[in-house]
Amino acid sequence: MMRIILSFVLLLAALPLRAGVDVREVTTPGGINAWLVEEPSIPFVALELRFKGGASLDAPDKRGATNLMMALLEEGAGDLDARAFARAAESLAASFSYRASDDAVSISARFLTENRDAAVDLLRLSLVEPTFPDKAVERVRGQVLSGLRGDEKDPNAIAGRAFKAMAFGDHPYGSPLDGTVESVAALTREDIITAHSAALAKDRIYVSAVGDITEEELGALLDRLLGDLPDTGAPMPGPAELGLKGGVEIVEFDTPQSVAHFGQAGIERDDDDFFAAYVMNVILGGGGFESRLMEEVREKRGLTYGVYSYLVPKDHAALYLGSVASANDRIAEAISVIRAEWERMADEGVTQDELDKAKALLTGAYPLRFDGNGAIARIMVGMQMDDLPIDYIATRNDKVNAVTLEDVNRVARELLDPEGLQFVVVGKPEGL
Amino acid sequence: MMRFLAGAAAFALAALPLRAEDMVTDFRLENGMQVVVVEDHRAPVVMHMVWYRAGAADETPGVSGVAHFLEHLLFKGTETMEPGEFSATVAANGGRDNAFTSYDYTAYYQRVAADRLELMMKMESDRMVNLQLDEEDILTEREVIIEERNQRTENNPASLMREQLDAAQYLNHRYGVPIIGWRHEMENLSLDDALAYYRQFYAPNNAILVVAGDVEPDAVLDLAKTYYGVLPPNPALGARARPEEPPQTAARRMVFEDPRVAQPYVRRSYLAPERDSGDQKTAAALTILAEILGGGTTSYFAEKLQFDTQLAVYTGAWYGGTSLDDTTFDLVVVPSEGVSLEEAEAAMDGALADFMKAGVDKDQLSRIKMQLRASQIYARDDVESLANRYGRALTSGLTIADVQAWPDVLQAVTEEDILAAADMVFERKNSVTGWLRAPVSAEEVTQ
Repeated sequence: MMRIILSFVLLLAALPLRAGVDVREVTTPGGINAWLVEEPSIPFVALELRFKGGASLDAPDKRGATNLMMALLEEGAGDLDARAFARAAESLAASFSYRASDDAVSISARFLTENRDAAVDLLRLSLVEPTFPDKAVERVRGQVLSGLRGDEKDPNAIAGRAFKAMAFGDHPYGSPLDGTVESVAALTREDIITAHSAALAKDRIYVSAVGDITEEELGALLDRLLGDLPDTGAPMPGPAELGLKGGVEIVEFDTPQSVAHFGQAGIERDDDDFFAAYVMNVILGGGGFESRLMEEVREKRGLTYGVYSYLVPKDHAALYLGSVASANDRIAEAISVIRAEWERMADEGVTQDELDKAKALLTGAYPLRFDGNGAIARIMVGMQMDDLPIDYIATRNDKVNAVTLEDVNRVARELLDPEGLQFVVVGKPEGL
Repeated sequence: MMRFLAGAAAFALAALPLRAEDMVTDFRLENGMQVVVVEDHRAPVVMHMVWYRAGAADETPGVSGVAHFLEHLLFKGTETMEPGEFSATVAANGGRDNAFTSYDYTAYYQRVAADRLELMMKMESDRMVNLQLDEEDILTEREVIIEERNQRTENNPASLMREQLDAAQYLNHRYGVPIIGWRHEMENLSLDDALAYYRQFYAPNNAILVVAGDVEPDAVLDLAKTYYGVLPPNPALGARARPEEPPQTAARRMVFEDPRVAQPYVRRSYLAPERDSGDQKTAAALTILAEILGGGTTSYFAEKLQFDTQLAVYTGAWYGGTSLDDTTFDLVVVPSEGVSLEEAEAAMDGALADFMKAGVDKDQLSRIKMQLRASQIYARDDVESLANRYGRALTSGLTIADVQAWPDVLQAVTEEDILAAADMVFERKNSVTGWLRAPVSAEEVTQ
């Protein structure tokens, strides 16, 4: 038994594992920058493209245009209609996915080495030569509208919408990126074409690739894939003013379990205190079963299946958000416990023991993220968008470890605003 | 090595340099515990999983949800670990842990640096036999699972409808009872209920260890012998015989109404055979049939109901072949605005009848097979899903040989196999058809 006890001690004291990922920067002959990890052991490549701007480029009365545009890229391109495009992708066993988010549009692609050229030609068609056929616009619009009507009766979606509107008003962040039934119904084919040239341009592109491909091959591939895109797209939207006042807003909806979204102002990704805030959030509500919120709301009181908080540094505003769901007659207690924890963290900060555990979790869990070519490609493209250096993966855990107890407690005091913490509750809550 | 049936699939896979199966080694410990090792040395990380051949369908009548309840309680503590200490220790070692329960299995896992594997085995083997619970644990955690039911089911009309549909589909088998449990039975689950299930099913001879990642099989075996090999088997385990379905002789229909339904749809399930050890041919044909009928933009339903006509905004077909007992083949049609559920169902049945007459499109079949072959390559990038594949199969009555034969069984499926399987499975007497919609009166009020 002694050996086991010893190994406990040693393991806890061991240095955190480092993610051994060899990232190289590639500049194509055509001038596109990309990050590459060569991983030849499996004959395929994961390619990740991001265009900064995203759905926030929607014109004020065209909400949902970018989202609908992205959903249409594979529904007609070059001389292929939707089904011909899908059949071609299936024949190559290539997969492409297209998504819009608030600050970017993303394309994730996966293709086999032996079909690489044909797959890239097909992907290029969808990005550079989409045709947005009227029939496809109507069909996909119908799918988006169906989803939007569903959101109108989904407590989580209702809470998310109400919270966005309170936080950001008329800024694009203030409404869902897939638009409203009215705005999407009114979009024209011209609006979609405009959204395409606004969002997919070379002045805002971020690229990473992981897999069975060399620097030279990737350079030629990217020039062919992206070279014919326009040089510039639409200007970025301005900063978003945060309009949260604090308190509890109730949206009546007849359902047994109330859903609450909560939040306050957050912290920018490039703020010197970001890591301190990040570690603090792990202890408060970001650390899964080990967080204070989970301990107090779920483990001790059984008030919920899950309660979480997370920092959301967006391009034009920074938020600190959370969510919880409890039966209508218990949500009031859940909210009061969350408020109390917010206050306790602001007033008392964390203990050295909590800080050490949070660091162990963060630094140990970091390498676990690099599990597969697609995951690594997504991490690398995110790093570029956050303007992080190419050696960030090797230094990130040092930044976590450099956070001191004083840092965390000062940031908790400065950042957390129990008075300004805004709750939006959807359901039939009692006692609020 | 690859035969191509038609010209549409222009690109053949030159060769499969290494198949996913080649990453797998397996052992059996003397106490009956099975061990599966999936090697992937690209990152110094390991997934450690223990799967029990016990799930919600192994529960005794009256205590629905106890398998899942016990899964939660396994994080409470043992003779040597405090409640919560298990997850806290995983976290302190930079790992993540969780668990999941289904009809045929309950599984626990930790993802952690490869050099922490021994600690995971020490703790997981401990809670296989040394669980320590008191009344207080039970009461708080019961509130948690009821909130989980609220979140997954009560707040979601589609889940509530699915519960009713499954209950009507299975006349006798426990697949008709929700995994999370019926609410009224969950509210009365007791410490004794949980412990009875634990004592019956948590034993090495009812468990499978799956370790995937940066590990050597021999080293895993040594550790497994040290920690799991010393545990006593449960001699009273017995065979896994559950109540079987009688012949189903009447098609069932239901209308599920809820004011929270914004998008109505029609859903039908048919009782269907599952993958059987050594006999996976029919299941393979049904797997490809689901892909042909409902596998996205190029599927038969999409063609008929979304492209040729615009009757539906979404169509789908699923078949879950990895199951211990009879499973289901499911169809869904989500009608376009202005199309009634009656019209949607008629269109679905019309498309099915047309398909049975038209037969299988050879190009489509070869595209599906091409994708299945490629998935063997992509699977090597995802050891966690490989680990899950083995865990699910081995708790569903299949063997490692069955898992490894499956890709070839799929490739061998012919058009005749698919049509024969379709003819067999689309038997209305074995089916339940459900409509999900808002109450008609409420609809009239809003219109």
